[in-house]
Amino acid sequence: MEIVMAFVCGFLFMAAIYLILSRSLLRIIIGTGLLSHGAHLLILTMGSFKGSAPPVLSDGVTDFVDPLPQALILTAIVISFGVTAFILVLAYRAYHELKTDDMTLMKGSEDNE
Amino acid sequence: MFQVLCIFIPLLAALFMPFFFKKVSTIHTGWFVLVVPIFLVSYYALFIPTVSKGDSVIAQLDWIPSLGISFVSYLDGLSLLFSLLISGIGALVVLYSIFYLDRTKEQLHNFYIYLLMFMCAMLGVVQSDNMMTLYLFWELTSISSFLLIGYWNNRDKSRFGALKSMMITVAGGMMMLGGFVLLSIMGDTFSIRELISQAPELSTNDLFVVALVLILLGAFTKSAQFPFYIWLPDAMEAPTPVSAYLHSATMVKAGLYLVARFTPIFAVSEIWIWLVTGIGLLTLFWGSFFALKQRDLKGILAFSTVSQLGLIMSLLGVGAIAFHVDGAQETIFKYAAFAAIFHLINHATFKGSLFMIAGIVDHETGTRDIRKLGGLMSIMPVSFTVALIGSFSMAGLPPFNGFLSKEMFLTAVLSITEFDLFNFSTWGVLFPIIAWIASVFTFIYSFYFVFHTFTGKGKIDQLPHKPHEAPMGMLVSPVILAGLVVALFFIPNMIADTFIKPAVMAVQPFLYSSPDQIDIHVAAWHGHITTELKMTAGIIVLGLALFLTLSRWQKIYSLFPSKLTLNNLYDFIIYDLFDRWAGRLSGLYMTGSIRRYLSYMLGSISIIVIATLFMQDAFRMNFDGASPIRIYQVILIIVLVIGTITTVFAKSRITSIVALGLVGYTVSLFFIMFNAPDLALTQLVIETISVALFLLAFYHLPKLKKEKERTQFRFGRAFVSIAVGAMVTLVALSAHSQKLIPSISEYYKETVYSLAGGGNIVNVILVDYRGFDTLFEIAVLSIAGIAIFGMIKLRLSKKGEKL
Amino acid sequence: MKTNDVIIQFTAKIVFFMIFFYAVHIFFAGHYTPGGGFVGGLVTASAIVLLIVAFDLKTVQTILPINYIYMVAIGLILALGTAAISMFTGKPFFTHFFDYFNLPILGKTSLHTAALFDLGVYLVVVGVTMTIIQTIGEDE
Repeated sequence: MEIVMAFVCGFLFMAAIYLILSRSLLRIIIGTGLLSHGAHLLILTMGSFKGSAPPVLSDGVTDFVDPLPQALILTAIVISFGVTAFILVLAYRAYHELKTDDMTLMKGSEDNE
Repeated sequence: MFQVLCIFIPLLAALFMPFFFKKVSTIHTGWFVLVVPIFLVSYYALFIPTVSKGDSVIAQLDWIPSLGISFVSYLDGLSLLFSLLISGIGALVVLYSIFYLDRTKEQLHNFYIYLLMFMCAMLGVVQSDNMMTLYLFWELTSISSFLLIGYWNNRDKSRFGALKSMMITVAGGMMMLGGFVLLSIMGDTFSIRELISQAPELSTNDLFVVALVLILLGAFTKSAQFPFYIWLPDAMEAPTPVSAYLHSATMVKAGLYLVARFTPIFAVSEIWIWLVTGIGLLTLFWGSFFALKQRDLKGILAFSTVSQLGLIMSLLGVGAIAFHVDGAQETIFKYAAFAAIFHLINHATFKGSLFMIAGIVDHETGTRDIRKLGGLMSIMPVSFTVALIGSFSMAGLPPFNGFLSKEMFLTAVLSITEFDLFNFSTWGVLFPIIAWIASVFTFIYSFYFVFHTFTGKGKIDQLPHKPHEAPMGMLVSPVILAGLVVALFFIPNMIADTFIKPAVMAVQPFLYSSPDQIDIHVAAWHGHITTELKMTAGIIVLGLALFLTLSRWQKIYSLFPSKLTLNNLYDFIIYDLFDRWAGRLSGLYMTGSIRRYLSYMLGSISIIVIATLFMQDAFRMNFDGASPIRIYQVILIIVLVIGTITTVFAKSRITSIVALGLVGYTVSLFFIMFNAPDLALTQLVIETISVALFLLAFYHLPKLKKEKERTQFRFGRAFVSIAVGAMVTLVALSAHSQKLIPSISEYYKETVYSLAGGGNIVNVILVDYRGFDTLFEIAVLSIAGIAIFGMIKLRLSKKGEKL
Repeated sequence: MKTNDVIIQFTAKIVFFMIFFYAVHIFFAGHYTPGGGFVGGLVTASAIVLLIVAFDLKTVQTILPINYIYMVAIGLILALGTAAISMFTGKPFFTHFFDYFNLPILGKTSLHTAALFDLGVYLVVVGVTMTIIQTIGEDE
């Protein structure tokens, strides 16, 4: 399973980067969303899937999975939500002001370059 | 403790200056500033009795103890002398500036903040025993000098001069930092005192010479030695109080201080003696020679400062010879270091007063061009007297202090010929000759300065302002300094016992154990006609002759090729090499396209990581304990892949948003499978809210267009994405396959109930073990929220009004 | 555009309370079972979002007149304050305390400063999420 997951992460990253390198703002935002999913799965995969129970104490269970990657990912999920929301608003404000969502046209006008 | 804090008092006082400037506008801000240097002078004066006995006072305030970096205030003869000069001249300069800078027209708070910042930095430089803090303050002097030169920042020349001085002095400072680091590696300490105590061992180190040269570069750039002096004439664009303070009396002497301070470490090296003496004498000659080419009063003084700094530098170099001579206390080599310190004090007095006079002339007549000036003697008698005293002292005439130190300077350079190490006995004979010629030129430009300004037929009606004598307050400072010039001639030995001998002891600590042992008695007349006196007579005769015929031979300066100057070299390096060529070079890849930069970065990261993985043989595939693949997992993966592909190729907005949501929900299912209930829960809710958010913003977002892309970039884009994907896969595989150290989680698992009183380990990690992460995370989240709020609510209308 | 959405509005009213109390539950249960400040906050936020979807922003604002920016600030102060409490007793920043008490009705209960910190997290998460959604929704 871990091998497969490694490839899944790689695939997610690949698609994310491909989208981020595009010209349209919306695609870039979706790319960042994919990137964070990929990163979360990557952290989980790099840890281990060993253990048969969630990391919650209960009677008779000692075989927990590693809780640390989960804690890191939990933080990352919330942060990436904030960041995605921020970029989203940035993008649509930029679209409103500049009337374009094309990155190559947003470089700035003649007088501020 | 308080001793260390005193270094920072000017900086603390600077905090209040904007307040005084804005709120107490009827009183010139300078009066408030004046309190600071006066306090400092009186505070440092308290140390004189202790220090003049040869003792030193040290106080320390730890800054970064783990790296051995601390603020140290080390007051011995040398640093106390400098501290008194900085605060004393500082007080006079502030007093002078009160009348020089108009309260209503100038941004006084800026000026005084810079000035106080400089004062703090300079005190720090001379008192720091720790090389790292010394460097810190050293660069702070460069920065405050930059700000002060560029104080009239609407003038092109000011900005040019400011930048030039900063470029050169900061570059030198960097070199010096390199030298400091090398020294600290050799001696395993940042403390200069400790380095001095292990000086003999240091000299055998291979890096010794490198450190020596680097530190000298720092000193030479700061003290405007050849060929780095070019910044000093351009620095004259600063307000005159600044020129008097920074660029003659204090900052440019920081290099001299550095050389003096490190003499005990480096004097054993012949390179040190050759470089310091040679460059010093060359600068002395060069500066004095080109001073006569100048037309600007402050330009003349700038070149004269360069030349005088060279003089002191060469004396410090000769002083280092004393380390190579047995029983140096008995020989004439002992004079050099003494003369260096003595001349340093003298120069501060006479050059300070001359700068102030130049400022007065500028202020009262509206010009500093010496060709337009003349005949001011009868209009400005007090200024003339002060200028005369200062110039005669500079020319080395009695009865002024410059005469005494010049005599000692001649003694010192003559002594070189008697030194038979390092080829000095053959080449050394050049040194007195150069010194003598330079002294002749010094004599001429001193006379040129004073007599071409104040005597002769002046076209007084053609001056921009109608000249009159400066106000009383403006004259106070130059008159005090001129008074010192005369006083020092008559009481040199008192000054010597109090200040110079303790300072000499700091420069030559191995030779003397107490200042009393320095057996030097300064006298104007030695009872017989000495060689030095004959040389001075020659200087006066030849100097007078050349001065009177100046207009006939001044043309020779135009013979020098105007293109091959050091200034042009500087312009070439800064403007052609850096600005134009470097700009063109970086223009090749800095196209302004963010996507391009991003692909450069991502591409190089993945190539570097993949290459490192294989070169270090770090790639592993080991899946002994891997969990089995189940059929529902395969289905989930297929869903995930389909969702991902859909986001990439979606043609409409809604499809891509929904596809992204699909990926997110699938990921949360993965979390469930991998025993992460907290994650699954969070991911589910987040995904829901995110989709809601996307849909809310939906109407504001543009439609997706088919992207027209050049095939070249499209190809590169695909390549970069594949590379990143490959890198991630490889890293994930290797990271999983080798666990070099056991996971810290074991500790969490064991202690979660006993120490943290919780059962859900993930949550306990978040709120307890790694609470800091969470604290910063919610801070980031809040910032994002406020930023979004600001972007939408707080925007300006088209007309620029707040909505 | 006025549509007849009585059913969805009626359902939303009931479901809101169910979700909200569930959120409160997982917030408090978070120390021992899955849940905690983050999830609790997000679930609460999603409950409010549901209300917004069912009614509209203005109505929800009259029902819940909360300034979410203040909520964020209060949450941050609470979290930071809880972390700083231990400094007054000479312990390092972020040392938590807990003990077990016998309370009436509830029986043996553990009281934990970490829960206060988590409450701060909860408030920040709710506040930020709602700020984002509200500002975007209000923007024309």
